[in-house]
Amino acid sequence: MNALSSKPKHLLDFQDWSAERLNALLDNADTMMQVLDRPVKKVPALQGLTVCTVFFENSTRTRVSFELAARRMSADVVSFAAGASSVNKGESIRDTIEVLTAYKVDAFVVRHQAAGAAHLVARYSGKPVINAGDGRRAHPTQALLDAYTIRREFGTLEGKTVAIIGDVRHSRVARSNAELLPKLGAKVILCGPATLLPRELAAEGVTLTTDPREAVRNADAVMALRLQQERMDAGYVGSLQDYARVYQVNEDLLAFAPNEAVVLHPGPMNRDVEISSETADGPRSRILAQVENGQAVRMSTLYHLLVGRA
Amino acid sequence: MTQHSTLTITNIRRPNSDTSESLTIENGLIKGWNLPEEGQTLDGNGATIVPAFIEPHAHLREPGQEQKEDLASGLAAAAAGGYGTVVSMPNTAPVVDDPAIVRALIDKAAALGFARLRPAAALTRGQDGEQLAELALLAEAGAAVFTDDGRTNENARTLRLGLEYAHSLGKVVSVHAEDAGLRAGGVMNEGPVSEALGLPGNPAAAETAHIARDIEICRMTGGRLHIQHLSTARALELVKAAKTQGVNITCEVCPHHLLLTDEALRSFDAVYKVAPPLRTQSDAQALLAGLKDGSVDCLATDHAPHTRAEKELDLLQAPSGIAYIEIAFPLLWTNFGAELGLQKIVELLTTDVARVLGWPVPSLEAGQPADFTLLDLETVRPVDPATFKSKAKFNPWVGQDLKGWPMLTVVDGQVAFERA
Repeated sequence: MNALSSKPKHLLDFQDWSAERLNALLDNADTMMQVLDRPVKKVPALQGLTVCTVFFENSTRTRVSFELAARRMSADVVSFAAGASSVNKGESIRDTIEVLTAYKVDAFVVRHQAAGAAHLVARYSGKPVINAGDGRRAHPTQALLDAYTIRREFGTLEGKTVAIIGDVRHSRVARSNAELLPKLGAKVILCGPATLLPRELAAEGVTLTTDPREAVRNADAVMALRLQQERMDAGYVGSLQDYARVYQVNEDLLAFAPNEAVVLHPGPMNRDVEISSETADGPRSRILAQVENGQAVRMSTLYHLLVGRA
Repeated sequence: MTQHSTLTITNIRRPNSDTSESLTIENGLIKGWNLPEEGQTLDGNGATIVPAFIEPHAHLREPGQEQKEDLASGLAAAAAGGYGTVVSMPNTAPVVDDPAIVRALIDKAAALGFARLRPAAALTRGQDGEQLAELALLAEAGAAVFTDDGRTNENARTLRLGLEYAHSLGKVVSVHAEDAGLRAGGVMNEGPVSEALGLPGNPAAAETAHIARDIEICRMTGGRLHIQHLSTARALELVKAAKTQGVNITCEVCPHHLLLTDEALRSFDAVYKVAPPLRTQSDAQALLAGLKDGSVDCLATDHAPHTRAEKELDLLQAPSGIAYIEIAFPLLWTNFGAELGLQKIVELLTTDVARVLGWPVPSLEAGQPADFTLLDLETVRPVDPATFKSKAKFNPWVGQDLKGWPMLTVVDGQVAFERA
């Protein structure tokens, strides 16, 4: 059996994905990047197929990224914005997905406020499901685009160190990166105040620290995570300013990092809370590159699940 | 329901005996063993006879949530599980905090003829945790025990007053011991699994901190406190220590906390969402050890039916609870029969529950109420939801092969359940 023989049916998290297959998906993203550089940014790979984006939780950026990715592959795209309100009306994921499945869509891209929701969609639909973020659980295409961005920067992930600083506790991005990057040979350092840093996340290739200087000391990439006002209201931090004083990714902190280290942020940013504007817009920033790379990675993911053996 | 004034059941065995015997019952009481056959006769087919089980903690959802369960379905399910008596929880809509509701429930259940109902009443009005309910009037109406289960008693002073008042009425107060603040929005045990799954965790300390507080209040009042569905090893240590110091405290454990752990949540299936949550393997082992050494006082199922649609919601939205009163004994016998033995399991479901609640200890001697169940300890059958009397036709064990099925349940001398 070769390494690529067991093709996962879904991208819910990285549990079923081998390093070989993940690398193949990232390799294929290079091809997709070339498509995006052409005057006509479209290939017929998914012609005749229909991708349905189902967003139970609002997200314009991720939805646009997925929909553009699908369209650039010539798929038909329908979007279903269920929103939290329909759940409150008593609508279950099962009801929603069974109806959409009856419309003969070929794949689902799902975002939901509850961890595990994408797994439920996969259970009820039978069609390929891409998790576009489920609660705190996972946001696998974001992690893939982060990995892809770092790989493009350094040529490899092997032996690289990625420091992820911020609200780790509530971050699906941090969880997905902590799952993906060690699989691809990188080390992950999770950093934040102890209230936002569950010690249970420590694992092989994943270390924790509450000291941001220690986190960035050997980092090739430094990722800032969004800190929302609601975390302050819930008592996780004294104030956003109090948090920023220690944990903001800014030039002062980056002075402790290697010179070639780059800065990432999954967006949307709270400028001057978890990241300073100066750093977000500075020469180390790869934040816009992440957005661009994200489209190629999502094209590659759709292709991988719906057609090819990338 | 079948009614007989005199009934003889032949070909039955008492636990740990190979002798085939017969039991005659008359007018709701046990007349005697191995008497000449009279009246209606039933062949026990070699089944093992034990006192009917007592469920100290079930949610029957009536009044107000009959789409989940009602007295008829819940008590029929209990009888099918070998239970002769059920203590129903008061977190209904409206809350059971009015003597008239207690009377109405008892009367309605008696007319149904399945398991006997002994409703618990709320400790506080509307289960608001602040103002004591009319405990004396509720007790007079037939309330078996006082509890705000479904909610936690956050106000320590109210619990103190409730314990003192209930004690003066000779009643037990049972509590759902979880610190609401520490539990916060937790939907599963807090630990490596919850963090890996990104689900909000409910720490073990939410239970232990609350129990530590409740032990001190119980110690102070001298009242009778019963801890419901204890789920952690550390909480059991606290209860054990309190008992050795003479605190008047008891606790129950649920089979699902013995059989399942937080690993089950990796399926993201809300059927595994319960409160308190499924804990770790070491917690489950400690609880089992507690059953063996007597530090756990009794077993309860916390039968908590919901509609299938509710349980198909995501883990944040879905309600907590598993309903499985019909298969509780087969689950216990199949999984722990060798380790605990028949006598111990049956005691935990019968005499031990009666002791906790301050009731007469059930027995199968002449003159005692004819409450018993016949168990087929050998035949293996799959868990088949189509046979469930409960409205909740799902649980984590559907399809599993179990043995120890109740074949006949008799309550007050009347057949409340007979397995086809």
